[in-house]
Amino acid sequence: MNNQTWQIRRMESNISEVFLIRNGRVIDPANNFDDVADILIVDGKIAAVKPEISFSADYEYDATGKIVTPGLIDMHVHLREPGQEAKEDFLSGSKAAAAGGFTTVATMPNTSPVVDNAALVRAMVKRAEEVGIVNVKIIGAVTKNQQGQELAEMRDMITAGAVAFSDDGHFDDNAKIFMNALDYLHDTGKVIICHEEETSLVKGGVMNEGERSAILGLKGRPTVAEDIAVARDVLLAEYTGGRVHIAHISSARAVDIVRYAKKRGVKVTAEVTPQHLTMTEDLVNPADTSTKINPPLRTQKDCDAMLEGLLDGTIDMIVTDHSPHAPEEKDREYIYAPSGFPGLETSVGILFTELYHKGKIDLKTLISKMTAAPAQIFGLNAGNLSIDMPADITIIDPELTWTVDAKNFYTKGSHSPFIGRELKGRAVATIVRGNLMKLNQW
Amino acid sequence: MLGKSIIGMKNFSVEEIRLVLNAARKMKQIIKRGGDKKLSNLRGKAIVNLFYEPSTRTRTSFELAGKYLGADVVSINSGTSSIVKGESLRDTLKTIEAMGVDAIVMRHKAEGAADYATQVVKPMIINAGDGAHAHPSQALLDLFTIEQHKGRLAGLKVAIVGDILHSRVARSDVYAMTKMGMEVHLAGPKTLLPRFFKFDGVKVHEDIEHAITGADVINVLRIQLERQQAGLFPSTREYARAFGINNERLRLAAEDVLILHPGPQNKGLEISSEVTYCERSAIQEQVQNGVAVRMALLDLTLNGGVK
Repeated sequence: MNNQTWQIRRMESNISEVFLIRNGRVIDPANNFDDVADILIVDGKIAAVKPEISFSADYEYDATGKIVTPGLIDMHVHLREPGQEAKEDFLSGSKAAAAGGFTTVATMPNTSPVVDNAALVRAMVKRAEEVGIVNVKIIGAVTKNQQGQELAEMRDMITAGAVAFSDDGHFDDNAKIFMNALDYLHDTGKVIICHEEETSLVKGGVMNEGERSAILGLKGRPTVAEDIAVARDVLLAEYTGGRVHIAHISSARAVDIVRYAKKRGVKVTAEVTPQHLTMTEDLVNPADTSTKINPPLRTQKDCDAMLEGLLDGTIDMIVTDHSPHAPEEKDREYIYAPSGFPGLETSVGILFTELYHKGKIDLKTLISKMTAAPAQIFGLNAGNLSIDMPADITIIDPELTWTVDAKNFYTKGSHSPFIGRELKGRAVATIVRGNLMKLNQW
Repeated sequence: MLGKSIIGMKNFSVEEIRLVLNAARKMKQIIKRGGDKKLSNLRGKAIVNLFYEPSTRTRTSFELAGKYLGADVVSINSGTSSIVKGESLRDTLKTIEAMGVDAIVMRHKAEGAADYATQVVKPMIINAGDGAHAHPSQALLDLFTIEQHKGRLAGLKVAIVGDILHSRVARSDVYAMTKMGMEVHLAGPKTLLPRFFKFDGVKVHEDIEHAITGADVINVLRIQLERQQAGLFPSTREYARAFGINNERLRLAAEDVLILHPGPQNKGLEISSEVTYCERSAIQEQVQNGVAVRMALLDLTLNGGVK
């Protein structure tokens, strides 16, 4: 928290507040807008987006040379509440989100206890409002205690504010229960986010099954486990008409399966993480647990397929799968360490460095995958800069060079394979409902 | 090699391997000469054997190796230490370090544990086996045993047969043997072979016969009975028939084939009794060589091997 200023200016204040963002390159994919413009924010809402606005503002932000986008959305984070506050909590996770340029995050229910009922969803919604730094959305469990045996009370959870459902962390082996979940939610339009790794094929596995695991002797998690799971779930989505969203897709073959399903009109969408777009199994070092994630880092061929899928629309959006753990949990033997690492604070830097600056993706597509697309899929009132929308805005300096240092993390998570990387591109201001959450003081 | 932690054969140069083999030859003479075996090379040095897995030969041979060289050696067994109270590996290592030891010999179920230990504490780490990853002193004693019998290493054809998938011995042998110019063949049922295994100078076979035909050396790996329960092969009977090393199969190998086994053996499963006890088997000798090689390793790394 060293020399950071958190400005949480309450919206209920009686005085009308006017905030003007000057002269940035505004990229608003949902409105097909990409031009240098000013953005006028009045009382926490977008009032105008056009060049050279003349208006007397309480605050001005000079965004010359910077990119101004709708607030970034991350539909796959683990803020670890309730019960796992040693790993992360809503406050540390929200600060990490703001620092990384995210104005809306959706937190997964694989907590302790599992968020599988309306009372817990309500408590989490309230907690999110109290913390109030970014918008925290709540994802409920599909089955009670995420055990894949009985359906959770999903309709009650919808009433309490759940935005989607997931048994993330593992695959629901029982196809009948999963099919029931799709049927049961059908009329609600809610999406099930699926962790796709067939359980028996990944049992005990800690990295991709491939050349690297073969020589290291580490137990593998084969791509075919993901492919089978994705195939089953898109088939069930097709059969039931339900909505399936493939979480953190990582296998090239699985991307093929989703592409094929989309051609058939199946209601399937998919997300990918910066790590699965840019990192391979070659980085796995059994003496350093920071590369351990599920699904695991794959091969270059898979990374290439992720990018291709992202560009051709097979993969709809980018998420971080921000999965922090307490330092002492990760500082141990590879096979015993929990899977996952924090990603909120490195996502923009990695994506700009590895994809945008290398000419692999255009800005409109990249920003769309982090704003318009998730908002549209999950029905969020966010992700665009239309007049009267809540003023959730991210300002990115595409040229800012910085080095990832765990000491500067807001997340409680300590281990990340991105630590030590020099990156080009960073969120320098995050505005949530018209409140500038962070000043650029790095 | 003074001060060098021994993590795996991957980071060994040919010169270093040579150094160990030469030193082991001298150490073996000392063991064999009988009478007073105690040297003073490592007098005043303290070595801790930290074993998280059961072991007879590796632990005892490291312990004796240290003692023959005059070091103070303490063995910690995971079952009777703070480890059962849930102490983390980091804290256990730090505790041992605080007592002033010079080297920690470590056996652990987790791949990478020994290398991790080098990041945590300053004393030298000697990997006595980490999961299915590496077992460098075993690979060195395999080389030593082969060279003692064959008079050379380069150009020999070695077949390593059995449970390659779970074997740290196989992985360390692959690095060590290819570095010394040997031709390595791996074989076993496909369920016990690592998928996607690719290594220069190494051929993988799904049947034993192709691997052992004309072999100068056969290293038979232990088959753990749990593998049957895990569904990797149907029965010990069928395994022995289809993949076991017996006299009949041995006819395919070179006439003077040398039989190795890292132990402990399951006789009648991966290897038949008559093969274990035949004159071409060096299995018993491997145990003695294990002490010599470990003496050489400790002397070279803790003492520079100068005396």
